[in-house]
Amino acid sequence: MAKNIRIIPRLDIKGPNLVKGIHLEGLRVLGKPEDFARHYYESGADELIYVDVVASLYERNSLHDIISRTAQEIFIPLTVGGGIRTIDDIREVLRAGADKVSLNTAAVKNPQIIKEASRIFGSSTIVVAIEAIRETDGRYLAYTDNGRQFTGVEVFSWAKQVEALGAGEILLTSVDREGTGQGFDIELTRKVSDSVSIPVIAHGGAGKIDHIGQVIKEGSADAVTFASVLHYDFIKNISSKFEAGKEGNTEFLNKGIGFSKVSPAGLQEIKNKLGEAGINCRVAAKGA
Amino acid sequence: MNKKSVAIIDYGMGNMFSVMRACEHVGLNPVLTSDKKVILEAEGAILPGVGAFGDAMENLKKTDLVAPIKDFISAGKPFMGICLGLQLLLSESEEFGTNKGLDIIKGRVIKFPTIDKHNERKKVPQVGWNRIYRPSAANGEHWKNSPLEEIKNEEFMYFVHSFYCAPEQAEVVLSLTDYEGTEYCSSVLVKNVFACQFHPEKSADEGLKIYKKWAQTLKNREEQ
Repeated sequence: MAKNIRIIPRLDIKGPNLVKGIHLEGLRVLGKPEDFARHYYESGADELIYVDVVASLYERNSLHDIISRTAQEIFIPLTVGGGIRTIDDIREVLRAGADKVSLNTAAVKNPQIIKEASRIFGSSTIVVAIEAIRETDGRYLAYTDNGRQFTGVEVFSWAKQVEALGAGEILLTSVDREGTGQGFDIELTRKVSDSVSIPVIAHGGAGKIDHIGQVIKEGSADAVTFASVLHYDFIKNISSKFEAGKEGNTEFLNKGIGFSKVSPAGLQEIKNKLGEAGINCRVAAKGA
Repeated sequence: MNKKSVAIIDYGMGNMFSVMRACEHVGLNPVLTSDKKVILEAEGAILPGVGAFGDAMENLKKTDLVAPIKDFISAGKPFMGICLGLQLLLSESEEFGTNKGLDIIKGRVIKFPTIDKHNERKKVPQVGWNRIYRPSAANGEHWKNSPLEEIKNEEFMYFVHSFYCAPEQAEVVLSLTDYEGTEYCSSVLVKNVFACQFHPEKSADEGLKIYKKWAQTLKNREEQ
């Protein structure tokens, strides 16, 4: 029996709002993160990822209240990333209710933080996020600060290095594909997944269910995370009951404009379709 | 309301907050502690933990918690081990050489193979959801009166581990799980000791049912 692939809703958060961008930029406000998180939990999400998308830019981390409220009612692993710089930052986020933290900028600047953090909190608590951009010469380089900051670090050797330093998982984003709905970067995902023994969570580019199946089968992803496919399904079907946040660009939400590149789908539908394609996912047990 | 006190044994191995929240959720009064007096006076105790077996035993010794844990278990009070907290109950582990465990359950802790019988590479650690099921020799009543009583056979639980437990006696095995072709013991029950490789506090509503049932055993003790 092949192992079960995790399906992980990703919630990008700015201030009190759930937002979604393209190439990790150009943010639209979608609603309150807790409402989306609760809905995903109840519909069978395997984990959740929260990312404070502006924390790194302004050196702030305003997620703690949202994390605490989420952790009170959601009993699946919650990974939190964005603006986490120090061992104390990690401790605070875990204390607020996260199960794992994801490090990017801090890890690239000081790789030893991976070693120190995994020793203190356990490898399984430390996820390293790699934001990859394919250069014109075909090389993949790791960026930081939501794909804005060039580092010159080569992705595949960096992946091996973070594993050696004690990272428990890799959250791999294709910045080129992120928010485009054009499908995952299969080559990138497969090469990273094959070069390490720790799980690789594929991110960036999901526009429809087939894309998710493809990155699992052809890209050897151990888990998949995506946002738009789920968020637009939630907005379309359910979220009219909820009041959207007031801060930020809400024009899109108020007009009810969809996003043409994305075919919305709910978690149950996604897992059922993946199951039909021979991919194992967690579903409710039938036994007695 | 009289909430049952549960000592969450803190020995510096990983994040214990989700265990605390799950206990609170089912109406228990969890206390995160490394104080042996607090542990021994509690009505129940949980040994959680993630990380390396050798470091964990080292920390238990340094914090002088080996004897209190054994005494707590001998007193017959409900005890739960989670993940590394299960593995530590066994005799020894092959993690980074051989390390002696608490030896409450006879057996060894073994690493998952990274290559299967078809010579295919397998990811280790296992991170994610997997099914727990009753051993084939056991009957349908095997989980009755255990913390798994409300759980359906083949239900999914959340796992994070590279090593698994191989107890010597089949009778202690409460559930089995299969990861990439390796069938292994995913939970044990020996009198007042329930321990599981998976994380019930991260296993959604099904996991909370295990905490609820375990909390019930604390309440039942008082009535006896």
